Amino acid sequence: MNVVKNKKWESGKCMALALQQLINGLTLGAVYGLIAIGYTMVYGIIGMINFAHGDIYMVSAFIAVSAFTLLASLGITSVPLALLTVLLLSVLFTSVYGWAVERTAYRPLRGSTRLAPLISAIGMSIFLQNMVQLTQGARVKPIPPVVVGGFDLYASEGFTVHLAYSQLLIVIVTVALMAAFSYVIGKTSFGRQQRACEQDPTMTALLGINVDRTISLTFMLGATLAAVAGVLVTVYYGVVDFYIGFVAGIKAFTAAVLGGIGSMPGAMLGGLLIGLVEAFWAAYLSPEYKDVATFSILILVLMFRPSGLLGRPEVEKV
Amino acid sequence: MMLKLSGVHAHYGPICALQGIDLSVQVGEVVTLIGANGAGKSTLMMSLFGKPRASAGRIVFDGEDITGLPTHEISRRGIALVPEGRRIFPRMSVFENLQMGAVLADPTNFDVDLRRVYALFPILEERRGQRAGTLSGGEQQMLAIARALMARPRLLLLDEPSLGLAPLYIKKIFQTIRSLNRDHGMTVLLVEQNAHHALRVAHRGYVLQHGRIVLSGTGRELLASSEVRAAYLEGAAH
Repeated sequence: MNVVKNKKWESGKCMALALQQLINGLTLGAVYGLIAIGYTMVYGIIGMINFAHGDIYMVSAFIAVSAFTLLASLGITSVPLALLTVLLLSVLFTSVYGWAVERTAYRPLRGSTRLAPLISAIGMSIFLQNMVQLTQGARVKPIPPVVVGGFDLYASEGFTVHLAYSQLLIVIVTVALMAAFSYVIGKTSFGRQQRACEQDPTMTALLGINVDRTISLTFMLGATLAAVAGVLVTVYYGVVDFYIGFVAGIKAFTAAVLGGIGSMPGAMLGGLLIGLVEAFWAAYLSPEYKDVATFSILILVLMFRPSGLLGRPEVEKV
Repeated sequence: MMLKLSGVHAHYGPICALQGIDLSVQVGEVVTLIGANGAGKSTLMMSLFGKPRASAGRIVFDGEDITGLPTHEISRRGIALVPEGRRIFPRMSVFENLQMGAVLADPTNFDVDLRRVYALFPILEERRGQRAGTLSGGEQQMLAIARALMARPRLLLLDEPSLGLAPLYIKKIFQTIRSLNRDHGMTVLLVEQNAHHALRVAHRGYVLQHGRIVLSGTGRELLASSEVRAAYLEGAAH
C-alpha cells in the first residue's frame, strides 16, 4: 500500500518538475527566438552573421533599465503604462543602434570579401560591450521588480508548478509579435521587397527598389525584435550587465543555426528548442554545464546538418 | 530620342567588355542588338543600369543623363529590363512576382495592368498561386516579361528572351513583342542571338562584335546583308 502511494508521489513529483521546466524553457526559448530572428534575417539578406546583434540586445536591456528608472522617478506606477512606454523607448533607440551599426560597420565593406564584415562585426560587438561598460559601469544593474506575482498551476504534497506573470507576459508578447512579424514579411509590400532582396538583390534594384534602404530596414527590424527581448528579459530577471549580450547572442545564434539559418520560422523553432534543452539540462543533469549543452548542439548541427531543421541546403552562388 | 548611348565603355575587372558604343532608340521603335555569345550584349544591357557602370561615355534617357545614377533610380525613370536568365523570384508566387514588378507603379493601375498581362499570358493567371521557381522555362520567361510590363515602362529592354525555349514559346514571345509595339506603342530594345527572328521583328538593328558596333541598319537591310547572313543566319533559320 505504502509502496504504491510512494510511486504515485514520485511520479507526481516528476510530472511537476517536468512541467515547471517546460514553462521555464518556453519562456527562455521565446527570448532566444526573438533574438535569433535578427541573426537569420540579416544572414538571409546580406549573407553575414551579425555578431554585434547580441550586444544590440544588451544595449536594449540597458535602455530598458534607464527607462524604468526614469519612469519610477517621475512617479509613474501603472505597470501596463510603464511597460508600454519602456517598450516603445527601447524599440526606438535600439532600432537606431541597429541602423547605425549597419551604416558604419558593414555598408562600407559591401562588395569586399565575405570575411571583412564578419571581422568588423566582432569589432562592433567588442565596441558596444566596452561602451556600455564604460558608461554604465561593470557591475550588475538591478531594477525593482516590475511584474510581480503569478499563480500555481498545480500544487500537491509540497510540489507546485508556478507560472509567473512575467513568464506569461513573455510568451504573450512573443506570440503577438511573431504574428505581426509574419504578417509584415508575408503580406506587405515591404515584406515582399525584403524577400526579393534575399533572393536576388540585383534584380530587386532593377525593379527600382533601393536595396541599401531595404537592408537598413532589415537591421532595424531585427533590432526591434532584440529590443523587445531585452525589455522582457529585464522584467523577468530584474538585472542586467554589459556581458549578457555575448552569452544570449551566441545562444540565439545557435538557435538560428539549429532552425536553419535564413529561415524565420526556423529561428523561432530553434529558439524554443534551445530554451527547452537548457531548462531540462539544468534540472536533470547539471545547471553548471547548461551552456555546454547548447554549444554541443551548435557543433553537432554544423557537423551533421548544416542546413538546420527548416533551412534550405546552401547552394553556392556564383 | 528615347535612349542615346555615345562612346560608352565598360569593364569587367580588367576586361574591356564595351569599347565605345554609339546606339540610339527612338520613341515607338523596336531596335535589336545581335551578336555572338560574349560579344558584350548583356553587358551593354546591364551597363544601362550601372551594373557595371560605364567607365567612359554618356547614356541619355529621355533627355536626362542617367550615366551616374544609382540602379534603382534608373529603373524609376521608366526603363524595365527582362534580364538574361529571366531572374524571376523563385521562392515567391507568380502573383507576388507581378506585385514586385508593380512595386513602384501607381497602385490604382494595378488591377488594370494585372488584367492586361493575364490577357497577354493566360497561363500566368492559372498559375498565379504557384511558386515561380516551379514554372517551366517558357512560363518563367512570360512571367519575367509580365513583371516588367507591370511597371508601365516607357522603354522595355529584353535580353535574350528566346534563349533555351521550345520553338512554340519562341514564336509566342516574338508575337508578344510585335503586338506590344504595334498595338500599345511600346518602345523596345531587344538583345538576341536568334538574329533571324529578332531582325524580322525589329525596325532597326545593330551588330555587336567584341564590344564594338560593327554594322547597323534597318532590320530588312541587315537580314539581306551578306556579312550578317554569313555570321549569324546560316543554318540558324528556324
